[in-house]
Amino acid sequence: MSNSLFERLGGQDAVNAAVELFYRKVLADDRINRFFQGVDMDRQAAKQKAFLTMAFGGPNNYSGEDMRKGHAHLVEQGLDDSHFDAVVENLGSTLTELGIPDDLISEVVAICETTRDDVLCR
Amino acid sequence: MTKIHFENQSYLLEPGESVLDCLIRQGVAVEYGCKSGGCQSCKMKVVAGTPTEQSQTGLDDSAREKNYFLPCICVPEQDMKVARPDAVSRDKLETEVLALDMLNHEVLRLRLQRPDNYDYFPGQFLNLYNPEGVGRAYSIASQAEESFLELHIRHVPNGKVSGWANTRLETGDRVIISSAAGDCFYVSGKPEQPLLMIGTGTGLAPLFGILRDALRQNHNGEIHLYHGSSVIEGLYMVDEMRAMADRVENFHYYPCVGQDSVPKGIFSVRENQKALADWSDLSGWRVYLCGHEEMVISTKEKTFLAGASLSDIYSDPFVSAA
Ligand SMILES: Cc1cc2nc3c(=O)[nH]c(=O)nc-3n(C[C@H](O)[C@H](O)[C@H](O)COP(=O)(O)OP(=O)(O)OC[C@H]3O[C@@H](n4cnc5c(N)ncnc54)[C@H](O)[C@@H]3O)c2cc1C
Ligand code: HEM
Repeated sequence: MSNSLFERLGGQDAVNAAVELFYRKVLADDRINRFFQGVDMDRQAAKQKAFLTMAFGGPNNYSGEDMRKGHAHLVEQGLDDSHFDAVVENLGSTLTELGIPDDLISEVVAICETTRDDVLCR
Repeated sequence: MTKIHFENQSYLLEPGESVLDCLIRQGVAVEYGCKSGGCQSCKMKVVAGTPTEQSQTGLDDSAREKNYFLPCICVPEQDMKVARPDAVSRDKLETEVLALDMLNHEVLRLRLQRPDNYDYFPGQFLNLYNPEGVGRAYSIASQAEESFLELHIRHVPNGKVSGWANTRLETGDRVIISSAAGDCFYVSGKPEQPLLMIGTGTGLAPLFGILRDALRQNHNGEIHLYHGSSVIEGLYMVDEMRAMADRVENFHYYPCVGQDSVPKGIFSVRENQKALADWSDLSGWRVYLCGHEEMVISTKEKTFLAGASLSDIYSDPFVSAA
């Protein structure tokens, strides 16, 4: 049996390695940084870890309902598919920079896609 | 709905309301200061239930272990039973004013007798209470081995505590202070790491403490301190800092003012702008940011984007309580 995606990516260490790179990209990306500003940075980084753990297929307790609740205030501010795509793009380039092979990145992107409708509250 | 149990009463939280706001709204007499997780004057203890992770940020490990939390930044999803911290009475200490000197036209250097067994790291803050019992946070500029505690207190117009300290206090007076708290201080272990220090106004107080603590512990990486003010009169200890930079090879000092015409040796640019222009790649650096709230918050983001790791950025925004 092959290991889970989370294990193949490197588990919690991979999340820790990715979080600052990813957060920096998001903050520097004018398409989406407004959604991430104005919140305490240490708190925001903790949330990014939760996001990455989930996207890496790691252990988490988030339901689809939680994803709706967690992003509803952003949808009210105009969050749409273009922003979703931008987040996934930043995640992809983060993983490429960390030397993660493309086939694993595709699996991560596929997990993100399963949350699209919930994140966008559709 | 979430309920808070406190001293034999229970209180219902409004959606999104913090534990502190709820208690204040219900007229409960509780201590507080900045209401934003900075000053720690509202610290309480959880007796049943779990504090939210965020409400323990900035507390030291020992306080965390004792289940302390900050009710001002705690919006719980489950019921909690909370209590005043046991240490509160022990937390207030009486001490004596040793010396009062003006560092410029508005900044008082207050030296207090260091109470016996008073432990702190330079750069942490303590609460100083005026005779009405109003407490405000002031950063500690003195060194662990000194027999006094040094604070730099800027006279804020109509300031309840800074006004009293600047106009009423005299040598020999007895005053009440709290124990020291906060996590903006020098942590040993990486003596070669370059340090970037940026402060405005009395943000120099914690930086001065941290700087000397770093040197005492033989920090040998380069240390760059940018001290700024909007006007030239707002700077202080310029000669002393310059002398130190001349004496200490790895220490560099940049006094900055956001005015066009400045005397020789002063930089005519805001401190954070100059620091970020001088050092565009901060990966591997440790950063200390103290003083004006907006400067600290925006510079925290910029230094992070320039490569500093969040765990290497120490910041103390001087959030005002009023
Ligand atoms: C962690 C921390 C460390 C701090 N360290 C220091 C320090 O080392 N030295 C120091 O001088 N201060 C420091 N402060 C700020 C200090 O705690 C008080 O907020 C400040 O002295 C004003 O208190 P006050 O009682 O005199 O004024 P208040 O009675 O609280 O305020 C009087 C009036 O002035 C306004 N006001 C308050 N602060 C300012 C300001 N900065 N500029 C303009 N208007 C203001 C208020 O809105 C109010 O209208 C620190 C704050 C924090 C949170
Ligand atoms: C790709 C799919 C996504 C997943 C799996 C996801 C997952 C998460 C998770 C797990 C959290 C933490 C929730 C919590 O514990 O409070 C979170 C918070 C957050 N997400 Fe997402 N997210 C996604 C897409 C997006 C997008 C596209 C944006 C905006 C461009 C976004 C912006 C945010 C913000 C700003 C927060 C913090 C909200 C707050 O401060 O409470 N997310 N997300």
